[in-house]
Amino acid sequence: MPKIYISNVIPAPTGQVWGVIRDFNGLANWTPFVAESRIELGAPADQVGCIRNFTLKDGGRIRERLLALSDYEFSMTYSILESPMGVENYMATLQLTPITEGDRSFAEWSAEFDCAPGREKELVNFIGQNVFATGLRALAQRFSA
Amino acid sequence: MRVRRSTVIDAPVDAVWALLRDFNGHGDWHPAVAASLIEDGPTADRIGAVRAFRLADGSQLREQLIALSDRDRSLTYCLLDSPIPLMGYVASIRLKPVTEGDRTFWTWESQFSPPAGREEELARLVALDIYEAGFSAVRRLLTKPRPTVRAAAPPPSPPPAVRPPPAATGATLISEAIVVERHGGPEELRPRRVAVPPPGDNQVRLQQTAIGVNFIDVYCRTGFFDLLQLPGTPGMEAAGVVLDVGPGVTRLRPGDRVAYACPPVGAYADLRTMDATLLVPLPADIDDEMAAAVLLKGLSAHFLLHRVHAVQRGETVLIHAAAGGVGLLLCQWAGALGAIVIGTVSSEEKAEAARRGGCRHPIVTSQENFVPGVLDITGGRGADVIYDAVGRDTLDRSLQALAVRGHLVSFGQASGPIGAWDLDRFTAKSTTLSRPNYAHYTSSPDEVRDMAAHLFEAIRQGLLRVTIGQRFALSEAALAHQRLEARATIGSTILIPGWRS
Repeated sequence: MPKIYISNVIPAPTGQVWGVIRDFNGLANWTPFVAESRIELGAPADQVGCIRNFTLKDGGRIRERLLALSDYEFSMTYSILESPMGVENYMATLQLTPITEGDRSFAEWSAEFDCAPGREKELVNFIGQNVFATGLRALAQRFSA
Repeated sequence: MRVRRSTVIDAPVDAVWALLRDFNGHGDWHPAVAASLIEDGPTADRIGAVRAFRLADGSQLREQLIALSDRDRSLTYCLLDSPIPLMGYVASIRLKPVTEGDRTFWTWESQFSPPAGREEELARLVALDIYEAGFSAVRRLLTKPRPTVRAAAPPPSPPPAVRPPPAATGATLISEAIVVERHGGPEELRPRRVAVPPPGDNQVRLQQTAIGVNFIDVYCRTGFFDLLQLPGTPGMEAAGVVLDVGPGVTRLRPGDRVAYACPPVGAYADLRTMDATLLVPLPADIDDEMAAAVLLKGLSAHFLLHRVHAVQRGETVLIHAAAGGVGLLLCQWAGALGAIVIGTVSSEEKAEAARRGGCRHPIVTSQENFVPGVLDITGGRGADVIYDAVGRDTLDRSLQALAVRGHLVSFGQASGPIGAWDLDRFTAKSTTLSRPNYAHYTSSPDEVRDMAAHLFEAIRQGLLRVTIGQRFALSEAALAHQRLEARATIGSTILIPGWRS
């Protein structure tokens, strides 16, 4: 099962960073690749089990289900229900850990999935770089000013 | 209570893990740790391994490794003994890669139960003095403009620099020491932990930084001399810093740099106690390694050349083992006194070392019998004085190479005991024979201080250059003896406590 792991240092206290990424419906607020997003059935964005339905700027549409949300561990886990990427059993976790020195945050974004044989490397690279690394860089940038 | 600190180190996670994974390595990087060793052997990654270590303030702790994971890059350990009441202290270190920038996220956390009222004080101690101090040290070590993993080469020699005076402790301390349990070969030199009690009346306790290796240590190990009571620690020469002083000591204070070169034996150790009167204070321009390399051999050279025989300008002096620790000093000093120096050595490499040390006529004994060489150089007269520490293999021929009314100074027997000699043989050349015993020339503290001052001045003036040919970890004392006995060393050999090879 291919795995992806990307991490970065976000130059802000963990509570503040969590306040931004905790919103399961808020990808458009902090990533550069999401055009618009809604929660299906009008559910609250922090209701475990809710589904976010969002459109990428390149036109692709993705549906993801929130599987776990922890304000204690600053982490969220979600799975992909539908996407143009051709992945199955895709489960991802985004987590923050405080860096006590400098009162900053360590952000980790990881995933595991299945896919058609031969596409592993391409997908690990694509999701790792174009989604996770790009997303965390944008998050870091947001707090660098 | 929980304490958690974390940081980011600007070095790849594998480089940081290589450093932190070594459960005995904290002595190399943590500023609070003065010395550390793994009990019962060198393996630091065995679950259950216990590290015994001493902090810079003298306190002693023991911690046990209870989990280690190369997959998670984490290790967990607990405190077994400590003067600080961190009850039930269990701590973990965990590293994670920061993929952005190839850096490392490092978490260090612990749980413990402090006594009531001391929570805040102990939490601060753990968080600041242990965790954050460790972060800073590793950051300095790994983010210098050089390769991030420590080089495999031996670490630089301990700085002679000023260190903070260690606090007096008054407690028995645990020391790394070499212990001989029975007389025999180099393999009888075994690393052990020994208890070092606080200094008694007129004594000081030393934290040693460099230890001199001398042939007399071999004689103690084999039992040829009975200076070493078994089981015991050999060694007669070291340099270091005063850790604490006993009642009645007025001339030394904690933090003073000192050296010694005399019995009682026991120098092959990290810590030891010693009578204060036996210590020579070190001038600032003589560093610890130099002192450990030169004091015993230099005092020997001093009394051999000035007291046993007062070498005169123009005299011909034959020095056996001229590239050895004492030999090189004798060559240089005799040359500076105006003597014509002939030396015997066992190899061309050593001949070159002796020549560089001021020996005008090195003779390689594996190539020629030295007697014709000496007679040739002296126009058939022979040498006026011969310094012979080789003993059995050379003494007979030394007599043949000696001038009429010459002085044969037999001050060692590296090749074996000299055995019984017929006194009548000395009448053939009106030979004077001396068998000086180091102890008889160094038993007066005032005289030793005086000779040491003379020695340090000769070094300062450039009359003597001290060659440290070999450095070994204290735990490798057996190897050091092996090399010394195999005549494979050049110049002085020293042992460094707390080093790992």
